[in-house]
Amino acid sequence: MSINETSAAPGVVDRDQQQARRLRNRLRYDAIQFAIIALAIALVGVLAYCVKEGLAAKGIKFSFAFLANTAGFDISEGKTLSFGEEILPVFEAFTSDRTNGAAFVTGIFNTAKVAVLAIVFSTILGTLFGVGRLSTNWVVRNLCFWIVEFVRNTPLLIQLVFWYFAVVLQFPPLASAAKWYGGVIISQQGLHFPSLSWAGDGSPISIALATATWLAFAGAVFDPVGKMRRACMIALAVMIGVLLATDMLSVDYPVASRFQASGGTSLSPEMAALLLAIVVNSACYIAEIVRGAIDALPKGQWEAAGSLGLSRRDTISDIILPQVFRVVLPSFGNQYISLTKNTALGIAIGYPDLFNIYGTVANQTGHSLEGIVIVMASYLLLSWTISAVVSFADRRLNVVGAKR
Amino acid sequence: MKFMKALAAGVFAGLALAATSASASVLDTVKQRGVLNCGTDNTAPGFGYLNTTTGQMEGLDVDFCKAVAAAVLGDVSKVKFITVTDKSRFDAVLTNQVDVVFAHTTIKPARESAIAIDFLPINFYDGNGVMVKVDSGVTQFSDLEGATICTTQGSSTEMVLTNAFKARGWTTSKVLTYENLEKLFAALNSGRCNAMSTDKSALAAWAGNSPKPADYLILPDTLDKSPFGGFVVANDSKWRNALRWVHYGLFQAEESAITQNNLDEKLKSEDPFVQKLLGVGGGYGKDFGLADDFVAQSIKAVGNYGEIYDRNLGPNTRMYLDRKGTANALWTQGGAIYSPLWN
Repeated sequence: MSINETSAAPGVVDRDQQQARRLRNRLRYDAIQFAIIALAIALVGVLAYCVKEGLAAKGIKFSFAFLANTAGFDISEGKTLSFGEEILPVFEAFTSDRTNGAAFVTGIFNTAKVAVLAIVFSTILGTLFGVGRLSTNWVVRNLCFWIVEFVRNTPLLIQLVFWYFAVVLQFPPLASAAKWYGGVIISQQGLHFPSLSWAGDGSPISIALATATWLAFAGAVFDPVGKMRRACMIALAVMIGVLLATDMLSVDYPVASRFQASGGTSLSPEMAALLLAIVVNSACYIAEIVRGAIDALPKGQWEAAGSLGLSRRDTISDIILPQVFRVVLPSFGNQYISLTKNTALGIAIGYPDLFNIYGTVANQTGHSLEGIVIVMASYLLLSWTISAVVSFADRRLNVVGAKR
Repeated sequence: MKFMKALAAGVFAGLALAATSASASVLDTVKQRGVLNCGTDNTAPGFGYLNTTTGQMEGLDVDFCKAVAAAVLGDVSKVKFITVTDKSRFDAVLTNQVDVVFAHTTIKPARESAIAIDFLPINFYDGNGVMVKVDSGVTQFSDLEGATICTTQGSSTEMVLTNAFKARGWTTSKVLTYENLEKLFAALNSGRCNAMSTDKSALAAWAGNSPKPADYLILPDTLDKSPFGGFVVANDSKWRNALRWVHYGLFQAEESAITQNNLDEKLKSEDPFVQKLLGVGGGYGKDFGLADDFVAQSIKAVGNYGEIYDRNLGPNTRMYLDRKGTANALWTQGGAIYSPLWN
């Protein structure tokens, strides 16, 4: 306290000084943050400029104009976005007169297709393996243990080549392929299944029937009210029967010709092998996550369930797994991201995923640097999307009192 | 801007993206290093193939690597083979990982315009062919409508097949691509591919090297031309011109009947042109930055073009691609192998 200060209450000055200091601190803090961000952006900019200059010195132009050029090559499977007369873009098969950009979209489509399917199946299979490793049955326990050990300790690329050349390509050729009931064809040229196709018109009755079917389906899957799953399933079966009877829904059977089968839906051998390899591989990692989470649960949970008279199966499905899934989601998210990135190995067996198509485009146009930028950005976006979905699910699950 | 340019140059050098400055030619780099880094395939019999019984690299492309090493460094053993794939071969040259690539590469305009490389003279005239298994019952390309035809990723065949389908209006045919010829051949054998398509020489090689060559049929159709040439990084005339004349030296040697065996007596030849070609008492090499006897060195190492051809692809090999009547014959025998004038 100095003499020339004219303050009635000493605390006021202090408060003013304090506020000023706080403001200064906040400004300094913000400035530092801003400077770091600016520096990072400047660094990226300088790097980009240097690369561009360096390429220019070698006579290479860095531009994305080639994306609008006609591709001129075919892709063995996959769909691309087409911006036609419709308001929303529609998926259409890729043809060689589409652009290089459309080829990249096809690659992203194929990668996402495998990733989504693999995430679903590997989660189911991994959970089964994880629970199986803690089974009281000696055979199941050891079988799961050895499968998990074997798969986790061999390289995924080797597994992929094994599934493709030693399993999928050993199926019989199309001419002598087994035709199962319902017209499932399993051959080297792919796995063909009958598909349902909608043949109804836009009349009110067909729209009503379709809506009812969807409602029954949604009810059976999500069961919003509880205890109505069985009723919904019966309703769904009845509805599908009605639709089939009225020819609004028709079954499309695959028909084999000399070289390939047409009609129905099919899974190419490359896709099947890649899916098998990635599902089995990730399932084993997921099994370990699940097993670890179950082991980490207090033993009291098992004992409490036992004392209530719950069977082991009920204990696992109603007491253990619900608690486990609240814990493991972040680890699952990690696994999903690495699984998505692993789909790039599809190149080894000719599956036209994003990385494979990048290779072709880069070779035909010579713009490999721009291509790799697109590929990196695409994988980044895919990974971020997965992270976002997983963290949303995580928050949703961990809300106190939320229904499973 | 000047500061930016300087900074750019500094960072660029730091990133080591440009391993050589604009003034230094690859030729000087190779001579300084004392070793030639040569990019070849190792899965293409007859061109670039790792012989698993001897552990040696062999093939036409491999011999061209050796010829270049002998011409530039005067020692055929100073060559290091670096394996490149159809996809990596251009980047390997662009990043100075290899000095020159000989990897059965088809010469196409897009490759010289969009990728910063320069092609060397054509060292083999090939065409895109299609091979099927005999038991498939296919005897000509038109039988293959709706079939799945496989090829290698990043090859010119991908475009050729697409165009062939388009020209015939085949909408159901599929092109499937594999990483390398080995996987491609495995896919044909398993039946996943109804046919495999690549350059005819490679088809002949894979069929010939298989346990049962009679199981395969190369269809008579040739879908497109496919001339092969080595290539080097663009804008390096010194290196490229030296290599071009190493090629022409091999062609000219065959025309002048200089072989590996008679080289010693040809060196004593009275013919002034032969003397100059082989660098006896002055020659053509100096101004290229090569030794004057560079042609003699490369012939001593691998023989003339005809010998290289016969050793790797000729009637005594499993490839059995006869030169007679094809573009690969010497121009004096109606072929297209032709050296410009030396005198």
